[in-house]
Amino acid sequence: MGAVVVEAGSSLKYKTGDWRAFRPIVDKGKCVNCLLCWIYCPDSSIIRKEKWVEVNYDYCKGCGICAHECPTKAIEMVEEQK
Amino acid sequence: MTIVGLTGDEAVAYAVKQSRVDIVAAYPITPQTIIVERFSKYVADGEVQTGYVCVESEHSALSACIGASLTGARVFTATSSQGLALMHEMLYVASGLRCPIVMGVANRALSAPINIHGDHSDMMGSRDSGWVQIYAENAQEAYDWTLQAFKLAEDKDVQLPVSVNLDGFIITHCMEGVDTLEDEAVSQFLQTRKPLFTVDPEKPITVGALCFTDYYYEFKRQQVEAMQNARGVLDKVCKEYKGVAGRHYGVLETFGMEDAEAAVICLGSTAGTAREVARKLRAQGRKVGVVKLWLYRPFPNEDVGAALGHVKAVAVFDKAISFGARYGALCSDVVSALHTLKECPKIFNVVFGLGGRDVQPADIELIFNEALEAAKTGLVKEETVFLGVRE
Repeated sequence: MGAVVVEAGSSLKYKTGDWRAFRPIVDKGKCVNCLLCWIYCPDSSIIRKEKWVEVNYDYCKGCGICAHECPTKAIEMVEEQK
Repeated sequence: MTIVGLTGDEAVAYAVKQSRVDIVAAYPITPQTIIVERFSKYVADGEVQTGYVCVESEHSALSACIGASLTGARVFTATSSQGLALMHEMLYVASGLRCPIVMGVANRALSAPINIHGDHSDMMGSRDSGWVQIYAENAQEAYDWTLQAFKLAEDKDVQLPVSVNLDGFIITHCMEGVDTLEDEAVSQFLQTRKPLFTVDPEKPITVGALCFTDYYYEFKRQQVEAMQNARGVLDKVCKEYKGVAGRHYGVLETFGMEDAEAAVICLGSTAGTAREVARKLRAQGRKVGVVKLWLYRPFPNEDVGAALGHVKAVAVFDKAISFGARYGALCSDVVSALHTLKECPKIFNVVFGLGGRDVQPADIELIFNEALEAAKTGLVKEETVFLGVRE
């Protein structure tokens, strides 16, 4: 009632990724792990792996900057199916 | 019980004193000034334990009240006209966060042109802000309603802010003999607030968090529910108050309605004049009656229907204009309460008293005559009468 949140730290439970309309899909074969996407991502949603990158879909809002910046066109923006 | 000479403003301040309020944050504005002036004297003289927050505007006053109320404190503020307009943004925050703040509103016209006298433009402009609205007829009622307002606001099924409205100058500045309760009686009636949430470092909570398309609507629905609950809780509070004060309030009060064929419905101080005129006309054998609405929000549809359903014609007095609308706010509500009845009375709107324009018994008699005529012929001559205007 009154929009009171009765526990502390509950913002951790708020996964803002559900705003996303387009989902970035990484082609691991094309990814050269240059990390430009990691630098440009405004929401820190690129996860570094040893040989390629992955996306944290809990927080990625699908802005497409990673796909735009990727020099090898390894990231494709695919419309979300709800 | 002691009878004290008090103006409406002083009566409210005295009731607030007896209510053992924890925090008052307010900014003075005519004709509300005496409420906060008198109360700040109680604070300065050490007669109350209240924390008095001096603020630089009404927006800040209500903001401070909201913060205090969220900690579990009993909170009061008061304002009028431009001050209420400046609070507008925070009015919705107070109701949305379910803060049971009580506010005295000394009803006054809104600028422009600037005017300090009484009409209902201020509170009607805040009509949909989610506040319970009560209108007092005189200083006695302003006193009684202020005490009852805290109990209504703080009820666990309500948890809403309540405004106690008193007509600027007509009530705020007129001195009357006010029958006051002893402090012990008030303490017995109005116990310490039991908040649903409190500030506790061991159990942190978040208030006022972001709430989007996923939940916002549900919280608004809860406010609708709380408003509906306020109607029933009011009866309970009034019954209890009768036990300690001997005076019985409710959602409305009627005069001569048992056999009335034509009626006037109004808010606030106008009811006194209307009743006096009705008394005179009834002595001449003319069947007129008066309905005075104490509770305006939530609007008591069934009660208004029961009070007015059997008459042939109703004149609805609005002390505010709703520009571009067919009727003033009260008249719109009365029409919506009555139109579903099998036989809806003929209804017309009387806009009056704007900017404090005086309304004399003769003016109201004129309206009773119009209403009796409409009752006889079944025809409304003029849909909206602008009473006492020069054109």
